[in-house]
Parts: sequence; structure tokens; C-alpha cells
Amino acid sequence: MSKHPALVEWEEKVLKKALDKAPEQRKEFKTGSGLPAERVAMPEEIEQKYLDKLGFPGQFPYTRGVQPTMYRGRFWTMRQYAGFSTAEESNKRYRYLLEQGTTGLSVAFDLPTQIGYDSDHPMSRGEVGKVGVAIDSLADMEVLFDSIPLDKVSTSMTINAPAAVLFAMYVAVAEKQGVKPEQINGTIQNDVLKEYVARGTYIFPPRPSLRLTTDIFAWCAKNAPKFNTISISGYHIREAGSTAVQEIAFTLADGIAYVKAATEAGLDVDVFGKRLSFFFNASSDLLEEVAKFRAARRLWAKIMKERFGAKTPQSQMLRFHTQTAGYTLTAQQCDNNIVRVALQALASVLGGTQSLHTNSRDEALALPTEDSVRVALRTQQIIANESGVTNTVDPLAGSYYVEALTDRIEQEASELIAKIDEMGGMIPAIEAGFVQRQIEDAAYTYQSQIESGDRVIVGVNKFQIAEKAAPPVFRVDASVGEAQVQRTRKLRENRDNARVSSALEALEGAARGSDNLMPLILDAVRSYATLGEVCGVLRKVFGEYSDLKSR
Amino acid sequence: MSTQQCGRVLIGKPGLDGHDRGAKFIARALRDEGFEVIYTGIRRTPEEIAAAAVQEDVDVVGLSLLSGAHNELFPAVLDELKKAEAGDIPVIGGGVIPAEDIPGLKEKGVREVFTPGTPVKDILAVFHAAANEHRKKR
Repeated sequence: MSKHPALVEWEEKVLKKALDKAPEQRKEFKTGSGLPAERVAMPEEIEQKYLDKLGFPGQFPYTRGVQPTMYRGRFWTMRQYAGFSTAEESNKRYRYLLEQGTTGLSVAFDLPTQIGYDSDHPMSRGEVGKVGVAIDSLADMEVLFDSIPLDKVSTSMTINAPAAVLFAMYVAVAEKQGVKPEQINGTIQNDVLKEYVARGTYIFPPRPSLRLTTDIFAWCAKNAPKFNTISISGYHIREAGSTAVQEIAFTLADGIAYVKAATEAGLDVDVFGKRLSFFFNASSDLLEEVAKFRAARRLWAKIMKERFGAKTPQSQMLRFHTQTAGYTLTAQQCDNNIVRVALQALASVLGGTQSLHTNSRDEALALPTEDSVRVALRTQQIIANESGVTNTVDPLAGSYYVEALTDRIEQEASELIAKIDEMGGMIPAIEAGFVQRQIEDAAYTYQSQIESGDRVIVGVNKFQIAEKAAPPVFRVDASVGEAQVQRTRKLRENRDNARVSSALEALEGAARGSDNLMPLILDAVRSYATLGEVCGVLRKVFGEYSDLKSR
Repeated sequence: MSTQQCGRVLIGKPGLDGHDRGAKFIARALRDEGFEVIYTGIRRTPEEIAAAAVQEDVDVVGLSLLSGAHNELFPAVLDELKKAEAGDIPVIGGGVIPAEDIPGLKEKGVREVFTPGTPVKDILAVFHAAANEHRKKR
């Protein structure tokens, strides 16, 4: 029987190009006992239905993955999210990681930084340096990246509402190193819509927030084309209690809102579309999660192509980072969490993730200890190097169950997106409290099932034991906050305050108008205006969002 | 049971973390149980929470925190309640709180601290007991 012409075309155009660009990790791939492992297993007879729904990896609709060789070419990026109280401590850790061969850094900021407060603001009490590093000004950012060549590393920053300010500081540090914006690469989370429904670190109301987002898109398209300008996140929506379908639907609906805002601002979907990335949760129902990732890829490709007319493959591809589900971790018998994380990590790999963070066993108790973080990383390395699932692309394709679930999740998510479209899109849906209520209801159902015993959580509502003392937990030294407060106060005394005032005034004027704010924010941070001062100006112009207004 | 019988509860989220899944679940479970529940929303200062507790004349305050700032912020709420001459309102805490911190928090006056995985019936029982005690004092 002759090869289907579509397969021939894929082999010649997509696969060959990928192999020419980057060879696979091995010449031959074999199972654990030496049988050959097929690159991409396919149905004996390729039918139109197969081509429409699944197609080939690296080709529309990307159900089977965004690259033709997937992990045979390169494993996913093992990126562990971490932050260490002070800029000095974090810098030390980053330099250590780089010496060990890491090329990707992931910065966790403390909560005041994420909400645009300086460390000495009254709201920052007790929170400085707790869940990540405190950055008040360019001076802190200089310490954070001291001796780290920003033209060589890729930096992922979990920052949303004040993303423009922290990104501007990053650009300014690069400038001081002699590195131009077009040379930097990395990702900023910059997904403020999910903050209103899940994660909670919003500052401004949705509409001005979206302006900041598109300002970043526009500025980067021109000046920093290698930087991923957003990571549209379902992770936190799922953590807040949503179902798998809701996670996909709300995340892609957020994506639609961003793309719509950017195209309305005159940006080219085939330019900024390439720099969109996603972030999903990997929860415990292994096969449902695999189906979810596959459905999300197919749905997004169709949305970008059909709704927004995206033409280049890169702007149709849904590339995503995954984190295992924090909400499934238990404080009881917490070593069991290692097994949960392994299953969830496996789901994300079988689902074709581009990068992965595995949670640590003790995270239901506190921030993880170093030992626990190592086990979490080893879990990924075992899947990558020992399990064999990386030898073949999209191994579960063609499973009756997984394909049926993939179709079902895609269909239900499409229906939910259509409902949001009817409401006028994600912003009106958030303002009406619709999304929040949907998530809350799902969370309540989930928890009620645990309470009734209908949903078994091992060690929690079944198979409990009497436990001895809890294991040691990680702690942040309380003196960290005070030292940071002193540092920022000193900075305010020693900088050129006239320059700061004029930069902030210029920013305020622009914020009231419609110019791109990135150049003005850059000017302000270069003058050592603090994060709190810059956000203060924007708070004054844009107002603040409250979670009580939408209910 | 009617609201009259169960009492009024304020669920507060001090600190800056936005993890309100637990707080909202407890608020709803208390409502289903027959309590009248006021939820403050996220990111409230200890001052705001204490003021709301006084203004709403509640029988119990429940606090939820997952950022690690509990050792500072739970006692701060107790202090603010005392300042407002409402130090008799029992305060119950919950969240990601290391076991070794719990005795210290209780010593400072937090009535009970719940960590992830606690059955809701245990939590409700403590709210009932705390509310009943407070109502007797009225």
C-alpha cells in the first residue's frame, strides 16, 4: 500500500526540516528490552477524519504535539520555580544553577512586589521576602542579576499586574550590562485576567490592565522580539477549584481577550501570536489530563486560524508550561505526594508539555526544603530517562478512551467559550462574576465529595494513620524584611529625587492619554523610582480593583 | 438550625495571598450549616478585619492565610480586636501553617488552627462551640 500523500508531505516538509535543524538525541530509539520504538505511531490506514482531528505532530491542528519529534529531539525544560527572600540570596542561587549547566532561570517574587507595594508599605507587613524575592527598585534588580549575562540566559518571571515595571527593570539591567533589548529572552507571566478569577495579585481594573498588556506586546514586538510577552495561565484557575474543562475554556477565553485587544491595538497576529505561551495544571486523573492538553492544542490552533486569521504555524501552536497540581497535595502522610506528583508529571509529558515544574512533597506544609525539591526534580529526570515514554511522540493517540475524552473536553470547552462570547468576552464575564461563580461552585462540589467520602484521597479520608511529628519545614529569616525596608528607605534618600519626580509626572500624563507606557515606565525605573511609586501613579490614574465589586 | 441559633461569623483573609479557595469553602460550609457569614474578600489588613468584626457584631472570626505571614498577622488581628474592645471574640485560623507554629499561635490567643485535610465537620464543631460560648457572654 502506498503512503498517504499527507504523510509524504509531512515527512518531506515538516519532519525533514526539524531533523535538519536539530537531530534527535539518539540514532535509534528502543524499548527497555530492545524492541524498536516508533517515532510516531499511526493508524494502519490514514483517513480524512484522522487528518482533521489529529494530523501529524508539528502540523495543524497540533493535537499530537507542537514539534514533529517531540522529546526524541529534546526533553522538556525542567524549570523549578523558586525565590529566595533577598536579591543577594537569589543571585547566589542563580549563579550556582548556571555553573551547574542551567540556562533557564525562574524568578519568584514576594507578594508585595507582585501587588506593586514597596517593602516599607503598611500592606507589606509580614510578607516581605516570604514567597519569593523582594524587588523595590532597579537597585534590587541589579543585585538580583549581578554577574549574570542577560544575553545568555533565559529568565522566566512570575509577575502579572506590575509586569511592565519589573520587565522594564530587567531591560534596564541588561542595558547596564551592554545587552540590547533584542538580545534578551525569557517569559513574563503578564496574565492579569486570571488574577481576577483565581490568583488574586491584581492591582488595577481589567480594562487599564489590558492596556498595559498590549503596551508590552507592542513594545516587545518592536524592541525585544525574542521575549515571550505572556504566559496565559490556567494553572491557578484549576488550583482555585475549576474542572479540567473550565481550566481550558477560561484560559483560552483569556487568550482570546488578549489577542483581540492586541489586534484592536493594531498589532499583527502573526507577529505577537508567536510569543504567546500557556501554563496549565497537571492534576491527578491521568488520562483526563492527557486528553485536556491535546484538546487545548487543537482548540487553540482552530481559534487562532479561524477566528483571528493567523497564518504562520508558530502563531497557531499552543506551547505550554505545566506545574503539577498543588491542590492535590496532602499534609497527611506527605511522602505520598511524591507518587501523586509523579503521576501528574507523567500526564503532562504524555500530553506534550514544553516545560515542567514538579511540586515538592512538603508543600502542603510550607515552602519546600532543598531535599524535597531535589526529589521533585529527580521525578522528572526518571520520567525523561527511564520510563521510555519519551521515545515516541504522543503515545496515547488512538486510544479509544483518550480520543473520546479529547473530543469531549474540546466540545465542552468550546460551549463554555461560546457562552463567554455571548456575554461579550472574558472581561464582561469577569465583571459579572460569572467565571468566579463557576469556579467556586466546582471547588465546592470537589470538596463536598471529599467530605462525603465519595472522592477518595488516600491518607485523608481513607487509609489514615496516626502520624508522628511533622517533618522539618523551610523558613524565611524574619530579619530579611527589616533589612529590605532599610535598603529601600536609603535608596530614596540617595537618588536624584528631582529626576524621579519628573519621570513619574511624565508617566502620569501619559497614563491619562493613550501613548504606549513602556518607554515612560523604563525612564522612571532608570531614575530609580520604586515599584511602589510607579504603581502608585498608575493606581491614581487607573483606580484599583476589589474582589467584592463583582459579587 | 436557623441563623439565630448558630450565630454570625466573619471569615477574613489578612495578608496578600490570593488563595481563597479554602476561605470560600469554609464560608459556604458555615452558611449551609446555618451560620450567618460575612466574607471580607482577600488582602484585608488586621485593622480592617477587626473593624469589620466589630461592625458586623460577629460571634467568631475565622482567618485564612497561605503566604507564611501567619505568625505576624494572626496575632495582629487579635491585637486589633483587643484595641477595639472586642478581644472576647474568638479567633480561629486556617491555612498552610507548619505544625510547630500552632502552639505559639494558640498561646497568643488563637483558639484553634486548622491545616489542609481537616474534615469540615471538625471545623464546624469548633465554630459552633466558639459561637455558643461567645453568645452566652453577651
